[in-house]
Amino acid sequence: MTTRSLVERTGTLFGLVLVALIFGALVGSQFFAPTNLELMARQMAIVSIAAVGMTIVIVAGGIDLSVGSMIALTTVVIAQLLRMNVSPLLAALAAIATAALCGLINGVLITQLRVVPFIVTLGTMLVIRGAAKGLAEERRIEAPATWLNDLLRVTRGETLVPSGIWAVIALAALVAAMLRYTRLGRHVFAIGSNERMARLCGVAITRTKIVVYALSAAFVGFAGLLQFSKLSVGDPTVSVGLELDVIAAVIIGGGSLSGGRGTVAGTLIGAAIMTIIQVGCSQKGLANWVQQIVTGCIIVAAVALDRIRSAHGTGAR
Amino acid sequence: MTETPLAAPRFDMRGIRKAFGATLALDGVDLFVAEGEICGLIGQNGAGKSTLMSILSGALRPDAGQITIDGRPFVPESPHDARRAGIAMIYQELSLAPHLTVMENIMMGAEPMRFGLVDWPRMRAMAARALAELGHDDIPPDAIVGSLSVAAQQLVEIARAIAVGCRVLVLDEPTSSLGRADVEHLFALLRHLKTQGHAIVYISHFIEEVKSVADRFIVLRDGRNAGGGTTNDATHDDIVALMVGRPVGDLFPRTQRTRGEAILEVTALEPGSATFALHRGEIFGIAGVLGSGRTRLLRTLFGLEPVRSGRVRVGVYTGPARPHERWGQGMGLLSEDRKEEGLASTLDIADNLTMSKLSPFGPAGLLSPSRQRAAASRWISELDIKCAGPAQKAGELSGGNQQKIAIGRLLHHDVDILVLDEPTRGIDVGSKAQIYRVIDALVADVPGRKPRAVLMVSSYLPELLGLCDRIAVMQRGRLGEPIPAASLSEHELMMAATGGAPGA
Repeated sequence: MTTRSLVERTGTLFGLVLVALIFGALVGSQFFAPTNLELMARQMAIVSIAAVGMTIVIVAGGIDLSVGSMIALTTVVIAQLLRMNVSPLLAALAAIATAALCGLINGVLITQLRVVPFIVTLGTMLVIRGAAKGLAEERRIEAPATWLNDLLRVTRGETLVPSGIWAVIALAALVAAMLRYTRLGRHVFAIGSNERMARLCGVAITRTKIVVYALSAAFVGFAGLLQFSKLSVGDPTVSVGLELDVIAAVIIGGGSLSGGRGTVAGTLIGAAIMTIIQVGCSQKGLANWVQQIVTGCIIVAAVALDRIRSAHGTGAR
Repeated sequence: MTETPLAAPRFDMRGIRKAFGATLALDGVDLFVAEGEICGLIGQNGAGKSTLMSILSGALRPDAGQITIDGRPFVPESPHDARRAGIAMIYQELSLAPHLTVMENIMMGAEPMRFGLVDWPRMRAMAARALAELGHDDIPPDAIVGSLSVAAQQLVEIARAIAVGCRVLVLDEPTSSLGRADVEHLFALLRHLKTQGHAIVYISHFIEEVKSVADRFIVLRDGRNAGGGTTNDATHDDIVALMVGRPVGDLFPRTQRTRGEAILEVTALEPGSATFALHRGEIFGIAGVLGSGRTRLLRTLFGLEPVRSGRVRVGVYTGPARPHERWGQGMGLLSEDRKEEGLASTLDIADNLTMSKLSPFGPAGLLSPSRQRAAASRWISELDIKCAGPAQKAGELSGGNQQKIAIGRLLHHDVDILVLDEPTRGIDVGSKAQIYRVIDALVADVPGRKPRAVLMVSSYLPELLGLCDRIAVMQRGRLGEPIPAASLSEHELMMAATGGAPGA
């Protein structure tokens, strides 16, 4: 790792430490108690895993606005399948596959119609939300209780961290390794940094982009599974606007909407910063509107700081 | 060489010093330009030309030194100050709004108003007058700027400078994307502006251009005045010697070459009307003015643009191919557009060098960054790329070093056919010489290795004549007969490219 990327990473990490210290001071030392940390980890699990997927899309120079809708669809699919007495594992896999299929469709539309990702996924955001509502007949779907409901729950005394969080950590590590240690990962960066150069170098752009959207959507499907676990029902109206939190996490973590930049570690830190603000504000008894204003300021500040930092790195000649 | 001004200097920069951290970019540079004078500013990349002009335009502040305009001290705080003082910069990359009309661009920031609303008829008239003043009333004020040719866009930019009353024009590499005829038009315009009393600074890599258009020249080297004089009294070699600080020697090396088998065969290819064969151990040049279809031909060969008809055989392969297949067949393309297509500036050097072939760095789609960096390090030292290391971002390097990375990609891929589109555009003399040596070595006789084949397009005729074995001229989308380079002169080549008979 070069000193530059070290600085880039510690920059976001510094923000995390700062935010944590501020809320630690405001709330008190119990803010850092293991149970509270675990609470925050559970809070951030859903956004984190979706943001890990979104990191791939944003590094490739794309965007996916249909994330919230996909999560809703996933919860509905799981609930419906469970009602049909499908085994929980199969229901979960089928739901993740459904989300991946949505991503695949996004990718195909983006590459074949040559419409920008923002517009395509703005459209599919509505289409998928509509499909979720249709599938659920516009109501919550109650599902029989299974072990799927325990993914974000500490079931027995001996394990402190629930299995869902372990899964998030493992998947995040997998994506980080994919971006760095595979040809696909380098191709994703190349497409996001300069698509024409990637084409010149013989990178299969259409295929890579479709893979990126499908892969990212599979992670969103996993986020949907965790959402279902939390709700224990299929809810077609859940996670409206969640894609904005997800995108914010990636951006705070150093991702660039113009592509070619972003790291999984940064994204997780970004998600952690947002969670600390949320949890910290509510534990301090601050109203929801305060929390929203703070989060909004953090997003703009993070990107502005990043601008200043990279200007120092390359600007002077 | 004395530097006594012919007339009172319009602007005068004395003892300009500027340091960036530990690097001294300018160390006591003097530059003056008189009214009605064109002064060429020459120097290799990094010599300090851009820094000096940034100081004149108020974008940077000098650490020491004075600037006077018409004898009065001038301390610009911002580009806006310089603009008000009548200094206009026209950069390589034009700063126009492509979706707006010609008149809106010309009058931008100085729109005529009536009752608080834009006075469109007056705006059109003022813009038309500015264009007529330049002798270019052929450009309609209502045209969308993005739909105009690069040359016309440049005129719009100059018209804007004139329209707001600028009297000092700085043109930075204005001809880099112009064809020959447009360059002549531009020169005619600059001479016209000169007679009107404008003071013009003309920055270029092309010494011939400076000799042709400028009255006087100043050479910068390593942030100092290396010399200068009147352009009539200095030869091309004199100026190059000032730029590099030593005699150039032979810029175009030519080691022993042996022509081998035909490795690329093109038959009646459309677009391009091209029929030719490229052999191992040969450099085949394509001359032609900008817009003659040279780049399109190369891109079609490489599968970046569709073949309309005709046949292309690469080695044993025939039939349609996309870039991915071409790389696999042992063919690599160097793009003419380094910034937009050649390199990914936010990626590191290692990624840029090796992107077309990542397979050696690990099995089954995996990639070992350390092996990738090791391979990149090898090319960095072999091509003498000045950088902090393989993990540095490509965008942070100078043009010459960036170009070496783009060429290094073809070497890393170890292709047999190198298709080079403007391999030395916009880079300094030192890097040029190095790239010439690399290209020559590729086709040279080396025991135990088959020589490669090079197909290159260049707007710089001495380069084609110096490097190539055969040259064909592209004119109005048609490729002519290849002619042995040894039997051609620069004059003949220029004649052929601009409409005369080839080889006549």
